[in-house]
Amino acid sequence: MIRIVEPGPQTTVQDLGRFGRLRYGIPPSGPMDVRAFVIANRLVGNPDGAAALECTLLGPRFTVEVPCAIAVTGADAPVSVNGVSAESWATLVLSPGDVVRIGAARAGLRLYLAFSGGLDVPPVLGSRATYLRGRLGGLEGRSLKRDDVLRLFAAALPSARTLPRAQIPTIDSEPEIRVVLGPEAERFSEAGIAAFLSGTYEMLPQSDRMGARLAGPRIAHTRGHDIISDGIALGSIQVPGDGQPIVLLVDRQSTGGYTKIATVGSFDIARVGQVKPGQRLRFRAVDIPEAHRLRRAWEASVAAAAGGPVAAAPAA
Amino acid sequence: MALSVELGDEISQEINTRVRALEFLIQAKGVAGVVETVPSFRSLLVYYDPSLTDFDGLTAALGGLAEQTSTAVLPPARQVELPCCYDPEFGLDLLAAAERLAMSPDELVRAHAGAEYLVYFVGFTPGLPYMAGVPERIRLPRLETPRVKVPAGSVGLGGSQFCIYSVESPGGYWLLGRTPAPLYDPRAEEPTLLRPGDRVRMRPIDRAEYDAIATRVAARAWRPSVT
Repeated sequence: MIRIVEPGPQTTVQDLGRFGRLRYGIPPSGPMDVRAFVIANRLVGNPDGAAALECTLLGPRFTVEVPCAIAVTGADAPVSVNGVSAESWATLVLSPGDVVRIGAARAGLRLYLAFSGGLDVPPVLGSRATYLRGRLGGLEGRSLKRDDVLRLFAAALPSARTLPRAQIPTIDSEPEIRVVLGPEAERFSEAGIAAFLSGTYEMLPQSDRMGARLAGPRIAHTRGHDIISDGIALGSIQVPGDGQPIVLLVDRQSTGGYTKIATVGSFDIARVGQVKPGQRLRFRAVDIPEAHRLRRAWEASVAAAAGGPVAAAPAA
Repeated sequence: MALSVELGDEISQEINTRVRALEFLIQAKGVAGVVETVPSFRSLLVYYDPSLTDFDGLTAALGGLAEQTSTAVLPPARQVELPCCYDPEFGLDLLAAAERLAMSPDELVRAHAGAEYLVYFVGFTPGLPYMAGVPERIRLPRLETPRVKVPAGSVGLGGSQFCIYSVESPGGYWLLGRTPAPLYDPRAEEPTLLRPGDRVRMRPIDRAEYDAIATRVAARAWRPSVT
């Protein structure tokens, strides 16, 4: 068992997501940074889709009451066990009574914390992922709070290993996010598209797992900003009337009525999710064949870091 | 990855029926690489796994199916009856809407409850139905100033659209009443009630019956009539 002493501002149970329910308005949820999530699970000997924690900006403080192994990946943050500094991107073998503390992210925003065996919470619609707005999945559909107790599935302790430094993804201070233009790119002026592709956009504090709200050069429309509501893909970038882009993410609404200028490739969703409020990003357009090549390269890099092909990478 | 198949550029039952037919054909024929579909008014968003299909092959397969959507026969629609309390306490805009339409509140309720609605699609928030079939004589443009909070279960009209808010959210529709039926219940085995293509009718109930059903809904001992 794991006892939460301090939960951190938003710590949720996630697995690789809940698929097939968007047609009823239920988003997939799951980790914002799939690669970091999968590697955390691999480091503790779990299947890729075992339930683990996603922490935002600041990790939890917790005590373990059973022998287990953990791994912390994702954003760069200090980790300590009983007050002694410990490594990220590495297996940490713990004993009952150990106190673990994960501090504030120095670079990046979202941390992943996997436990050997995986978190034992009931699956809802085939997934243990938390969908906060829908109060669905995870631990009672909510973020963790103080004194929560998490159970682990029984598992043998894995052999400890550390991810080679070269395979730890770098977190860029101003990442260039690759997008495919459309489906409503023609609803924007040439100057509007040029502004979108040449400007830098700041992550606003009201961003969450539903959408990244950005502020930067105004993206001008040619005629109105409303469309007949239609489906929103992972990474769809809506531009409402104020000309400021919103990147829709894992907890997104299934449909929407604002024009969509472009879509972020699934391989770059994690890089959007690791941008802290107040930091900036840029966009670069790629065509569909290039997006498919980047997707395959991303899958290969995840497999290389994880030590084998990822069995259940979300297809979205 | 995902691509959007657009079957028209307007809101109509004919185009929406083709969207749902395309989704049905994809399910029935099992198109390689398709992992999830999201119907809306006039298009179908198709999520696919690029390791199982290529873009050109998928667009060709979907294009072929799109051509069959005018003649495809969909499975029979479910008929759903939802109780609705039209008391002004729930129907915050009922009196204003009736006045604007130059009819009595009772006439407005009769017109609204007398029609059958088609669920075009379910989305935006979990379990929220976008429905067609609003009689011409009770159509109103959306509210000029949307409400910040609309309670779950609120029954709203906006133009030719009729929706029922599935969770508390902002909203710009005219509120005529409220249903105690749980459109979204995260504790239920099937959290969402309505499906694209359902046929929905509202059954007017008084406040006492609303309260009685709401109590049973809270105890998870009530489900609406679905046939």
